[in-house]
Amino acid sequence: MKNYKILLNDLAPQKFGKAGILWTWTLIVISIAGIIAYIDQIIKGQVVTNMHDYALWGIYISNFVFFVATSFVGTVTVAVLRLTSNSWRTPIVRIAEIISLAAIIMAGITIMIDMGRPDRLLNLFIHGRLQSPIIWDVIIIPIYIIISLLLLYFPLLPDFALLKSFYKEKNPKLSKWYGKLSLNWTGSLAQKTIQVKSIQLIAVLIIPVGFMLQTIDAWLFSTLFRVGWDSTNMGAYFISGASVAGVGALVTVVYVLHKAYKLEDYITDFHFDKLGKFLVLMCLIYLYFNLNEYLIPQLTSKKEATTHVNVLLTGQFAPLFWFVIIGGLIIPIIVLLFKKGRKPFPMFLIGILVVVGSWWKRYLIVTPTLLHPFLPIQGVPESWHHYFPSFHEWLITSATLAMCLLIITVLVRYLPIVPIQRTADEQELLNNNKNTNS
Amino acid sequence: MAINNNSRRSFLDNGLKLAFVTALGGIGLTKIAAKLFAQANNDSNDKTELMTTNGTLIQVDSSEIIKMNHSKDGDKKYNVREGMPNRKFVMVIDLAKCKNALKCQSVCNKHHFIAGDHAWLKVYKMQESEDTAPYWMPTTCMHCDHPACVTVCPVDATFKRRDGLVLIDNERCIGCRFCMAACPYSTRVFNWSEPNQEITMKMDMNHNTNNSVEYAGMPSIKGTVDKCDFCPHTIKENKLPHCVTACPNGVFYFGDKYEDTVTNGDETLRLSKLLRDKNGYRLMESLGTKPSVYYLPPVNRLVDFKDGLENYTDFRSVEKPE
Repeated sequence: MKNYKILLNDLAPQKFGKAGILWTWTLIVISIAGIIAYIDQIIKGQVVTNMHDYALWGIYISNFVFFVATSFVGTVTVAVLRLTSNSWRTPIVRIAEIISLAAIIMAGITIMIDMGRPDRLLNLFIHGRLQSPIIWDVIIIPIYIIISLLLLYFPLLPDFALLKSFYKEKNPKLSKWYGKLSLNWTGSLAQKTIQVKSIQLIAVLIIPVGFMLQTIDAWLFSTLFRVGWDSTNMGAYFISGASVAGVGALVTVVYVLHKAYKLEDYITDFHFDKLGKFLVLMCLIYLYFNLNEYLIPQLTSKKEATTHVNVLLTGQFAPLFWFVIIGGLIIPIIVLLFKKGRKPFPMFLIGILVVVGSWWKRYLIVTPTLLHPFLPIQGVPESWHHYFPSFHEWLITSATLAMCLLIITVLVRYLPIVPIQRTADEQELLNNNKNTNS
Repeated sequence: MAINNNSRRSFLDNGLKLAFVTALGGIGLTKIAAKLFAQANNDSNDKTELMTTNGTLIQVDSSEIIKMNHSKDGDKKYNVREGMPNRKFVMVIDLAKCKNALKCQSVCNKHHFIAGDHAWLKVYKMQESEDTAPYWMPTTCMHCDHPACVTVCPVDATFKRRDGLVLIDNERCIGCRFCMAACPYSTRVFNWSEPNQEITMKMDMNHNTNNSVEYAGMPSIKGTVDKCDFCPHTIKENKLPHCVTACPNGVFYFGDKYEDTVTNGDETLRLSKLLRDKNGYRLMESLGTKPSVYYLPPVNRLVDFKDGLENYTDFRSVEKPE
């Protein structure tokens, strides 16, 4: 029982300090600015963006793809590490689940921002046609939101019960809320059996659903004729890319939280080392698919394909392309291959690099292809030969990113980010083993 | 108590399973029985010969024939999503005659009240490779028989009619622009802002402002997609599309594939013979989109390519009132 007290003191949600409050308000202000910009976009139309009839999709779509990719972290860390019984995942799974949920919710919102007629959203349900990849997305995203929510919620039940009693005197109001959320958890054997069974079921279920989500996202592009999208590589390419983006985001958030909440005893160098190895594996797989995507078309050198790839390798988009490949993949691979590179702080820097690289990577998947259609671009304003996001687009996109971070912030404020019950159980197990060994 | 509960649960469980299996078996049996009986019936009954509306003779089981009243509207009944019955509209564009006069484009812009920056009809300056001759290539919507845009539309806002036209219901379009990304001919345009059509509206007060599928670009709606519609509003009055009649060089031929005729207003030709004799082709045949627009290659030209250069503008296809 003593054990629990220490754990609860360490791991129970803490009030934010000055930095935390400032951070939250910054996010709120950015979100509000973005909402104002979006209202302006609704009133004036999408003319406030820099999109046009050729670059008909812009950062709204690439940002959407980024969110979908990041939400994959729930599938990789929770489900895959669980199935392969990698027990080092315990202190980081909840953070992964939180990121996953926040990202997929924002993906659903972001795709609506891109709609020319958001007021006709219901048409998707009234007139929806199953043959359109967009309808596949409309089906899979809510499913993924629900599964992510359950995967976050079920393991939280015992922790909610613990927090209920922990806050009984300190904060009765909060305690009441935790009590309601704990669904009368007592920790009885019957309850535990149901809980474990449910978690197992959801953890298995999230794997096919997560893969479907990423694949459908890839098919949004590969079902079209355009050069650079019309590729059989896309499904696997997106899944591996999503693993990189997701684990990159996880590393970054884990670092910040373990510093802010002083969890160095629970999330140790050992965990960062493991995460680093995991990330480098994902990066290597993604690099392999990138080679497939960009190198092989060069060999057959079809005219349109070469034009497209050359624009990326040496043309207009070259600086960005090489930043994404070198900064977002090659440097992380090199750094993370060394043990010193897998210490917390270097990992944090690499995590940021990977996330930023992943975001721009989606931009490079969407924009260059649209600027190179089959027929030449003629008879349209000069500005339609290029695309760079407008102020409105940046504001709205920043707001979606801020909202995602805000969801994460609110959740880590009120949820124990390291599973308390589970850590206690594992420590007990460890102690028992020691006792029997000695 | 616990034991009792369990046995009750398992009883319910088994009961449900049993009921499910029984239901499935029942459905299966009735299906098989129905098939067997149908076979028996078919052998014994009389058949009646009938002619379908498109002239094919068919045999129908006499018992299936039900008397019906004469339809009052018959073929005249017109469903915008079905199109005109027994027609299949096609266009032939003779590249040998085109010298970029751009009358097609200006008349199209005018009659469709195009207020954006991207005309529905464009004339491209083309050259396949350094050693081959340049030519002018007008493009409309290809009204594909296997339209990529229709396949990907999530709400059935863009649709294919039986008379060959691909149209857009701009009252239903959600503005996702997936169709624009799907179209390999870059033919679709988007209303990025409130379309400023008031000026043109005053010019043509008689224009039918009732919003239908054949809205002829009027009114365009903010946040929805537009494109060349093959002018169903003129076809309905037995007239040719505006671009066909406006072209001073007779580049555009319009007609009905079932009638095997196309006309540019001056001469009327057999479609199949024209395509055979002049070696007609379609744009990007390899993509499998099956366009309804055919091209005749720019050979034996009566016009000089350079004549068109004076009309050529790199960055404009729609003239804006000052």
